[in-house]
Amino acid sequence: MSDKMHLKLTVNGEAVETLAEPRELLIHVLRERLGITGPHIGCETSHCGACTVDMDGKSVKACTVFAAQAQGAEITTIEGIGTPDSLHVLQEMFREHHGLQCGFCTPGMITRAWRLLQENPSPTEEEVRFGMAGNLCRCTGYQNIVKAVLAAAHELNSVKEAAE
Amino acid sequence: MIPARFDYHRPDSVAAAVGLLQQHGDEARVVAGGHSLIPMMKLRMAAPAHLVDLQGIAALRGIEAGERIRIGAMVTQSEMIAHAGLAEAAPILAEAARQIADPQVRNLGTVGGNVANGDPGNDLPALMLCLDATFTLEGPEGVREVAARGFYEAPYVTAREEEEILTAVGFDRPARGFAYEKQKRKIGDYATAAAAVLIGAEGGRVVSASVAMTNVADVPVFSAAAGEALVSTDCAADAVAAAVAAMQGDIDPVEDNRGPVEFKRHVAGVILTRAIARAWSRA
Repeated sequence: MSDKMHLKLTVNGEAVETLAEPRELLIHVLRERLGITGPHIGCETSHCGACTVDMDGKSVKACTVFAAQAQGAEITTIEGIGTPDSLHVLQEMFREHHGLQCGFCTPGMITRAWRLLQENPSPTEEEVRFGMAGNLCRCTGYQNIVKAVLAAAHELNSVKEAAE
Repeated sequence: MIPARFDYHRPDSVAAAVGLLQQHGDEARVVAGGHSLIPMMKLRMAAPAHLVDLQGIAALRGIEAGERIRIGAMVTQSEMIAHAGLAEAAPILAEAARQIADPQVRNLGTVGGNVANGDPGNDLPALMLCLDATFTLEGPEGVREVAARGFYEAPYVTAREEEEILTAVGFDRPARGFAYEKQKRKIGDYATAAAAVLIGAEGGRVVSASVAMTNVADVPVFSAAAGEALVSTDCAADAVAAAVAAMQGDIDPVEDNRGPVEFKRHVAGVILTRAIARAWSRA
């Protein structure tokens, strides 16, 4: 039973292959087999969202997807959203508005916010709070995360308008 | 956190999936969105030796929103919320789905998984009772239709046979007045109590009313008496009070960390009162 399977994924735009048991969770495959340790594990009941990644254009909790289910998927993690030399606007705004303290929820928060702003480029504060409700934070009290996401939305829309 | 080992299957047809269930018997489970099953597997409360993933079966997807509405079992909560035709034909679905779980869970959790799971905490079962939906089941003997109102027998026990797969839900376009009202402790929580209400009105009077309740008994509760108490009235306070009393006669809450029985009965009344008011305002 459950021989390792040959898993093929596209992670942050790059085709990757690894061997994994079907029961291995996507979060463990990313962290332990592929060395992508930005997405975190904060619970075992699918509540916290620290493991949030983007899978085939949707925010998902990588702790609640088996490696086998993810076969062939396109995954984006925090590592694919910006780099230390070239931060994504969301990353800049989380820094500028103090949207993180310990940083443990941040990769999931930003990965979720990244997709949220594609789903809804001009969200209200209420829509940001509802749209981020699958991500828990123990440090910030959320207020500055909301500010950061709204500021990023504003910034991205300004850049887009200037280009048009 | 760590599930037991299993063999993984990704069939591309319902027939192939049913074949796997026949072959492996109670060693096999289907996985849809995985957002009830995988958490159970991570806690080792479920440890199927064979996991039959339904994601590759195109026939389980798709929404038809005509006079008769049909939703494939693998349609996700997010897809249901985003579907314009469904928003027009049966807006109660999106209203309820927005109160289920959180964005990430709604991206994978499916309609079929929600209604087939059998956990009284799930929201869509009571909604399906309210809509008088039918569930399509496909098994070794072929396809059959089961009324939602006869589907739920006990916690995690339904009319679905072990070798059957729930492939779709269907119901007639509902009455215009609708509400799904849910009391919960926080985002993602199952209801302390929730109410699904549909009201049809003509000339300022209720001509049809359907009431069902979530998580206030071992199974979702359809309260025929509550609906009957509203028919021919104008939903004034005495009619609503009669409907609430009728509903409270049909529920049987259990004490848990959401509160004691009396509290849940009270909350159920408050929630139904609000749901009727909102449904009536839209009828």
